[in-house]
Amino acid sequence: MGARYFDYMATNPLRPEVLEAMLPFFKERYGNPLSLYELGQNARAAIEEARWKVAQLIGARPQEIIFTSSGAEANNFALKGLANAHTKKGKHIIVSKMEHHSILNPARALEKEGFAVTYLSVDKHGLVDPSALEKAITPETSLVSVIHASPEVGTIEPVKELAAIAKKNGSLFHTDCVASAGYLPLDVEDLGVDALSLSAHEFYGPKGAGALYLRGGTRIIPLIYGGIQESGRRAGTENIPAIVGMGKAAELTKAELPERARKLTEMRDRLIKGVLEKTENVYLTGPSPESGAERRLPGLASFCVEFIEGEAMLLMLIAKGIYAASGSACSSKALKASPVLLTMGISAQLAQGSIVFSLGMENTMEDVEYAIGEFPAAVKRLREISPYAGGWGKVKETDPCIPKN
Amino acid sequence: MYSEKLMDHFTNPRNVGEIQEADGTGEEGNPTCGDVMKITIKVENGRIADAKFRTFGCGAAIAVSSMVTEMVKGKTLEEAMSITKEAVADALGGLPPQKMHCSNLGADALRLAIEDYKKKGTAK
Repeated sequence: MGARYFDYMATNPLRPEVLEAMLPFFKERYGNPLSLYELGQNARAAIEEARWKVAQLIGARPQEIIFTSSGAEANNFALKGLANAHTKKGKHIIVSKMEHHSILNPARALEKEGFAVTYLSVDKHGLVDPSALEKAITPETSLVSVIHASPEVGTIEPVKELAAIAKKNGSLFHTDCVASAGYLPLDVEDLGVDALSLSAHEFYGPKGAGALYLRGGTRIIPLIYGGIQESGRRAGTENIPAIVGMGKAAELTKAELPERARKLTEMRDRLIKGVLEKTENVYLTGPSPESGAERRLPGLASFCVEFIEGEAMLLMLIAKGIYAASGSACSSKALKASPVLLTMGISAQLAQGSIVFSLGMENTMEDVEYAIGEFPAAVKRLREISPYAGGWGKVKETDPCIPKN
Repeated sequence: MYSEKLMDHFTNPRNVGEIQEADGTGEEGNPTCGDVMKITIKVENGRIADAKFRTFGCGAAIAVSSMVTEMVKGKTLEEAMSITKEAVADALGGLPPQKMHCSNLGADALRLAIEDYKKKGTAK
């Protein structure tokens, strides 16, 4: 029996149609788009077609799409490129505490370069309160960046409201849509954003392709200087197969989005219900599908399980052919519990029991039932081993967790 | 990432539980950091007759606890005290660098259990 994959927020499999579209560009269509002869001009045309398809996915104009190597590059580009290009407005930027490392780390880097950064807190569901942005924003705020949806807890942020506040203040607004693309309809006009990041492999496209939408007429300073590719905003000979693949994946996503959202919402709701019903002391993280359905990403079922640790849970599930993810300290290379869980007010010990199932179109309801069926035994086994099966007792306050070696 | 030996000790951990009226108890770690090991020992004629553990933690932490309690059985207190984190890691077929602290935790919890036994002995 093959493994059942519940980790679509880590990456998606490449769609066969996407691979098919990419293959010629590894082989006979190898030209450099800057070359004058037909081989080059054909490659140029392929990129422009992909650009049009990506623009279509988000309601943008093709010239507003800048291809990058990844979602992380798009996020870095937006933060650093916009902050540095708009210092006349000021040297203050605002990000939320729900952001991915590819937003938080460039924000910290900007702090070292002399920018002031405000990190917006969230409520217990991970939601940014628009009134908190209103309080934090100043005449010197050049840029606000808030993630569209969290890949860890599924929270969909009120981006439209937040972007309107930024606009009123004359500040630019960027949103990281790496986790939401392929799950939620995206329209840059409706959202009212100036910049938006995408990653192809999160919607069945290839790794190595991302894009930054940048509203026409918005100045940005490149991360990579060199030639005139991407209108001089991102140098380097284009990764044409990946860009073509991203275009194809965007085209498929645009066409299939309603069906994907419907199917993934249905499976998500069953998984959440089944897990919560069958195991005690398990808590949903992020908005509830019952009271906050419009605030929860389709396909994302995330929990914290008391008295056990996430990486051990992942290993137990792997043994049953279930591939999932965790935000526990031990499952991260940095040995730190997910900052997103902690900022939502989840205790450090409960955050260790984080488990995230992210569903995709290859999953079936039978996969979901299988996971619901296997999960309680994995939890039970680990609780038998845990010294806390009867409760946490008094947890001692200690110094920050520094592993002794 | 993990050796076959380690996975065996994770999947089929030895000596899970708590010795009733243990001669020594050692606990190390903190749940807020992600791992806690509690080791209980029974001592007879200066040797560790039995050892059990309960662990909150990752796969490596559970495997380390299982291995430490296996390694220590039948050893004198001095021999048990000299078990190093490297010895535990080696016995498990190696640990990834970021998991070496789990090994340390196991060796420390064992040492605390032995010290607890010695303290009780002097109090008698």
